[in-house]
Amino acid sequence: MKFPFRLEKAPPPSTLRRALLPVRALVATFLAGAIPILAAGANPLTAYYQMAAGSLGDMIAITEVFVRAAPLMLTGLAIAIAFRAKFWNIGAEGQLYAGAILGTLVAVNFSELPFWIHIPFMIVAGMIGGALCALPGILKIKLKVGDVVITLMLNFIMIILTSYLVQNVLKDPFTRWPQSPPITDSATYPILIPFTRFHLGIVIALFVALVVGYGLIEYTALGYEIKAVGSNEIASRLAGINPTALTIKTAIISGSFAGLAGIGEVAGIRHHLIATLSPVPIGYGLTGVVIAVISGLNPLSVVLVAFLFSIIINGSQTMSRLTGVPIFLSEIFQGLALGFSLLFLFLDQYRIRRVR
Amino acid sequence: MMQAELVTFGFVIAMAAASIRIATSLMYATLGEMITERSGILNLGIEGLMILGAMTAFITTYATHNLTLGVCATILVGLVEGLVMAVVYGRIGTNQHVWGVAFTIANFGLAYFIYRLYFGGTAGVMSTIIPYAPVRIPFLADIPVLGPILFEQYAYTYVALILFVVFAIVFKYTIWGLIITVVGDNPAAADTAGISVYRTRYIAVTLGAIFMALGGSFLSIAQFNAFLFEIVAGRGWIAIALVTIGNWKPMRCLFVAILFGFIDALQLRLQALGMNEITLAGTAITIPFQLFLALPYVLTILFLVISSRKADYPTALLTPYRREE
Repeated sequence: MKFPFRLEKAPPPSTLRRALLPVRALVATFLAGAIPILAAGANPLTAYYQMAAGSLGDMIAITEVFVRAAPLMLTGLAIAIAFRAKFWNIGAEGQLYAGAILGTLVAVNFSELPFWIHIPFMIVAGMIGGALCALPGILKIKLKVGDVVITLMLNFIMIILTSYLVQNVLKDPFTRWPQSPPITDSATYPILIPFTRFHLGIVIALFVALVVGYGLIEYTALGYEIKAVGSNEIASRLAGINPTALTIKTAIISGSFAGLAGIGEVAGIRHHLIATLSPVPIGYGLTGVVIAVISGLNPLSVVLVAFLFSIIINGSQTMSRLTGVPIFLSEIFQGLALGFSLLFLFLDQYRIRRVR
Repeated sequence: MMQAELVTFGFVIAMAAASIRIATSLMYATLGEMITERSGILNLGIEGLMILGAMTAFITTYATHNLTLGVCATILVGLVEGLVMAVVYGRIGTNQHVWGVAFTIANFGLAYFIYRLYFGGTAGVMSTIIPYAPVRIPFLADIPVLGPILFEQYAYTYVALILFVVFAIVFKYTIWGLIITVVGDNPAAADTAGISVYRTRYIAVTLGAIFMALGGSFLSIAQFNAFLFEIVAGRGWIAIALVTIGNWKPMRCLFVAILFGFIDALQLRLQALGMNEITLAGTAITIPFQLFLALPYVLTILFLVISSRKADYPTALLTPYRREE
């Protein structure tokens, strides 16, 4: 069986072409996504319209898009930074829960603290939780598949641990539900727009993604090292970058951002710890992989793409109700978008030549 | 608390039989992932493919009232998806773990999308089928102890056990096993020796995908009789764990699959008895059932940490191979 095509390394794609990756992937996704919609007997344009109308139709809906986008941009950012440094963190989901656990421990106690100490204290605890959960991935230094397999396994360990905690040690004695006691008022993210769920964590997520994440990558020595390893591992080693130290730093930063996402869900939305902070089984951690890759691992694009997926996920509900297209279209979209991004990334690097 | 009557002879035999029965889905998944990884490819699409397999088998059986057709349709879907995965993993190769995530997300969405489309909204009773029943093998089932454990199982289970023996032989004694192993360890050397790396990986990935889909189908048309939400419940991820703990060796993988079938059976039994923890007789040590659930994942990490240098993992795992570079 001779494959009639051959792959050749192509010259690196232009900056514009690379910057347009999210647009290309999303156009392809919306085109291919029309097939399941047609199969469900609906008009794709109507379905897309309902998707947008459902998630952006009124003020409350728009604030809900922000509510959903906050954890997505943080897990997306966590993974974008990790992937840039070739630290294959598949475990943002686990780091989200680890952050939520440590953050909750701080948030349900210390009720005597003023909020301006309690909230930062909780945030730091959550970020440490996320970082600790990402650290075992540094085994990749010794074992090539270490980061992928270990961070993947930690997802399930952390969800099971959360489920154990909220049924036993951390269980709220005053309810029969598996949940922790409510967090204290001084650790609750205040609501910034009355009568909505638009909470402080959304502003924190935006700040972290746009300022901290972008600044870290573009303006710090560490960001420079991460980019160097990402573009050429061997050259970066020759330039004196210590891969072990860099992997550890990346794991800590990546995990702490994902941990912050967990804090946002507890302190901003749920107000207690539960084992279903993130959708099952395609949680914010996996969607974060989708968002990071489509964004070309760029923190600014991560924010935009997080909003777009928030619109798709939130809008699928209305779309499903009004058009009869099953709600699982949203997962098909995520899979397609990730697949197309990877395909275009590949096609930008290689040329396909016919062999005769 | 572990009551004394629980640990009778009959109970032990029933538990052993249940462990093997419950392990069947994991056996297929673990075998599929093991073959794939031995050729140097990590297929994170396993969870989604199992869900798709479960859906395919269920809907086909529901529509045709024919379990055999359900199995055939699953094999077909596994074959088609496997070929797509083979081209993606084998040819494109880079970011295969991220591709795997894409496959899992898309297949999860696709499976439940089609199921909803076929059966309509969420309202109403859950559709069910008459699932496979265990097959009692005459004479062999009459052997004391071994009979009821090994020879009153599903046809699926017999096939899985035979497949493990076959692949143990293939990997240990045949040239095909050697070819897959060499491709997984050192693709460049394999290529120099005249072995087609691409073709070997295509075959390993496709075959693996068929087994993964079958592993899912066992759940919906044998172990259960419906396509429940979360029916696969992470068994694909557990299979990745089991391949690692099984050190990429067929019989060891089979052993750990059955071991985790046992843990699963024990955990289900305890929950059915309304116990969510075990107090070890006469001690203050209690084991919450979540520990059982977390065990495969925890052991995987421990195994990798402890034996990272000695682990027999395929050296070229995750490494794309491209001739024209």
